[in-house]
Amino acid sequence: MAPVLSVRGLTTVFGSGTQELRALDGVDLTVHAGEIVALVGESGSGKSLTGFSINGLLPGVARVTGGSIRLGEVDLRTLSAREMRQVRGSRVGMIFQDPMMTLNPVLRVETQMRDALRAHSTLSRQEVRTRLIAALAEVGIAAPEQRLRAWPHELSGGMRQRVAIATALLHSPELIIADEPTTALDVTIQGQILALAQRLCRERGTALVWITHDLAVVAGIADRVSVMYAGRVVEEGPVDAVLDTPAHPYTRGLIDSVAASQPKGARLPMIPGRMPLLSDLPQGCAFAARCPRRSPLCETTRPEPHPTGAGQTVRCHHPLTEPAGAVA
Amino acid sequence: MAEFILRRILQAMLVLFVMTVLVFFGIHVIGNPVDLFASSECTKACLDEIMVNLGLDRPVWQQYLIFLGNLAEGDLGRSFTHGVPAMSLIWERFPATLELAVAALVLALVIGLPLGFYAGLRPDSWISKAIMGLSMIGFSVPIFWIGLIMILTFSVKLGWLPAIGRGDLVTVFGVRVSFLTLDGLRHLAMPAFTLSLLMMSMVIRLTRAGLREVMTSDYIRFARANGVPEYRVLGWHAMKNLLIPIVTVLGMEFGGVIAFAVVTESIFSWPGVGKMLIDAISVLDRPLIVAYLIFVVTMFVLLNLVIDILYSLLDPRVRLGAGAA
Ligand SMILES: Nc1ncnc2c1ncn2[C@@H]1O[C@H](COP(=O)(O)OP(=O)(O)OP(=O)(O)O)[C@@H](O)[C@H]1O
Ligand code: SF4
Ligand SMILES: [Mg+2]
Repeated sequence: MAPVLSVRGLTTVFGSGTQELRALDGVDLTVHAGEIVALVGESGSGKSLTGFSINGLLPGVARVTGGSIRLGEVDLRTLSAREMRQVRGSRVGMIFQDPMMTLNPVLRVETQMRDALRAHSTLSRQEVRTRLIAALAEVGIAAPEQRLRAWPHELSGGMRQRVAIATALLHSPELIIADEPTTALDVTIQGQILALAQRLCRERGTALVWITHDLAVVAGIADRVSVMYAGRVVEEGPVDAVLDTPAHPYTRGLIDSVAASQPKGARLPMIPGRMPLLSDLPQGCAFAARCPRRSPLCETTRPEPHPTGAGQTVRCHHPLTEPAGAVA
Repeated sequence: MAEFILRRILQAMLVLFVMTVLVFFGIHVIGNPVDLFASSECTKACLDEIMVNLGLDRPVWQQYLIFLGNLAEGDLGRSFTHGVPAMSLIWERFPATLELAVAALVLALVIGLPLGFYAGLRPDSWISKAIMGLSMIGFSVPIFWIGLIMILTFSVKLGWLPAIGRGDLVTVFGVRVSFLTLDGLRHLAMPAFTLSLLMMSMVIRLTRAGLREVMTSDYIRFARANGVPEYRVLGWHAMKNLLIPIVTVLGMEFGGVIAFAVVTESIFSWPGVGKMLIDAISVLDRPLIVAYLIFVVTMFVLLNLVIDILYSLLDPRVRLGAGAA
């Protein structure tokens, strides 16, 4: 079956000329219907940027300069701004990290949801209400009629995230990009939202890209995972394979730092060192400065993606083979 | 709500008390009004008689107590110079000032909002830079100078606009206004524009800064991610957030615009309360000065109430009476 989303060689830059910074460099991402793909990586690795590149909502200073973004049969890069607006909300939905910030504080829930609904359909007032009430009920909101009239600040964080999900799902988009939608919530609510998103995507066959810091979330929700580092996907594969036998030393570091009993949901890595600045990327492997397996080759030559035996794709000259539990 | 209003009224009364004490004793120290406005032929006996008539022969603290007593009955006293109740003089002239101030406010919004929006959306274009430069001028150049330059240009040189007065008036609901006649509008144009410059500069800056902040917010991204059309995102989702600081600042500013329309009214001989106040001060017409100040304070209090109500309509997170007012 053809994938819902197929991103190939996505390159996104900030600025221009000599000031140009490559924030994304050759990102590949494939998501099939009903599949959940997690995007993990340290802060600044380019996860959100990947999401915004796909739905065309990059900040003004950034632009996509290379690659293709196929949604079904269309390459989104070839669409005009007008056509892109038609895609947003109807074919690609997005959910954000902080439900306190996602809903407009000065507009009622109803106004915001109605605008989203009317963006792609012409319905009478009564039809709109019926649809919105049904949408809220579907994400498990009790007394949806009242909630519709509420202001965002009258709702709890979890409730707001449910409203955001209901809004993003109004037109049953083929693809949803969820940018750390549970990070700001407390643990029990996190679990509920995860379960909800998982259920809705499975039921509707929605393709879901789930951006997160939290490997526990990855293990719990995703089918496949892409690990990002300094604007590149360094490892990709089925969740079980990647978590059990990580091939990239960076992935391995992430897993170990969680095993070293980080409180759940804590920002990733206690891998020694820091991600290089975009303005200061090394010629070879971007992870070299922090890598225990580094060789002279790593410092001169950029590793290209290649398949491991175990179903993953990895960007590394010296991939790991032993399982994560074993002490190196 | 009731408690909130009550607290506002008590605050206002405190302000009024302190202010009237200051004005009473201040004027007493500055000089004797009778010396200033009595005719030069007036003899010592005649002066004394006027003093007795106006109650100025008593010690100042007694005068103050009498004033308070009258105030309690709603009597703000008669103007020393005009001999009529001070309040009636104010009411007669206030519509002119109010019209000028409202016209200035409307101009500030009608011109300032679009310019601010443009500058916020395209911060790097040269037009935006020009707009911001002009708004800087609005802040830094004195009003009287701009007023005079406009008179020189549009009245003296080009002869397009009249320099003084209100022009033809129409009576609407018992209030005489200029803005409904062409001649009145021509008279209103320059003073209103002059008076609006500061507010307009503020609107431009607040709109631009607010828009740039709001546009990077998640809720705007979310609205766009849902495919909400751009005119709706800007014109309502962003706009409603922008209006909060604008209403707050303009609300505070507007009282000042009315109270200190003095300069503009003097330049364009606009027959409003500001000009009346200047005249009253020059002859130490105490009842008129005090009545004017009481009027202004009351107006500020009412205006603040209106702003608070507007504010609570715009921002659902604000509840009237919550926190210290
Ligand atoms: N306005 C900007 N100008 C230059 N670089 C930027 C700008 N905004 C973001 N970046 C860079 O883009 C890169 C990717 O940022 P992105 O927000 O995608 O990271 P992320 O993986 O989502 O991180 P987080 O986990 O913190 O959300 C970062 O290195 C960041 O420094
Ligand atoms: S390419 Fe070399 S430096 Fe980079 S991750 Fe692999 S081993 Fe480490
Ligand atoms: Mg992010």
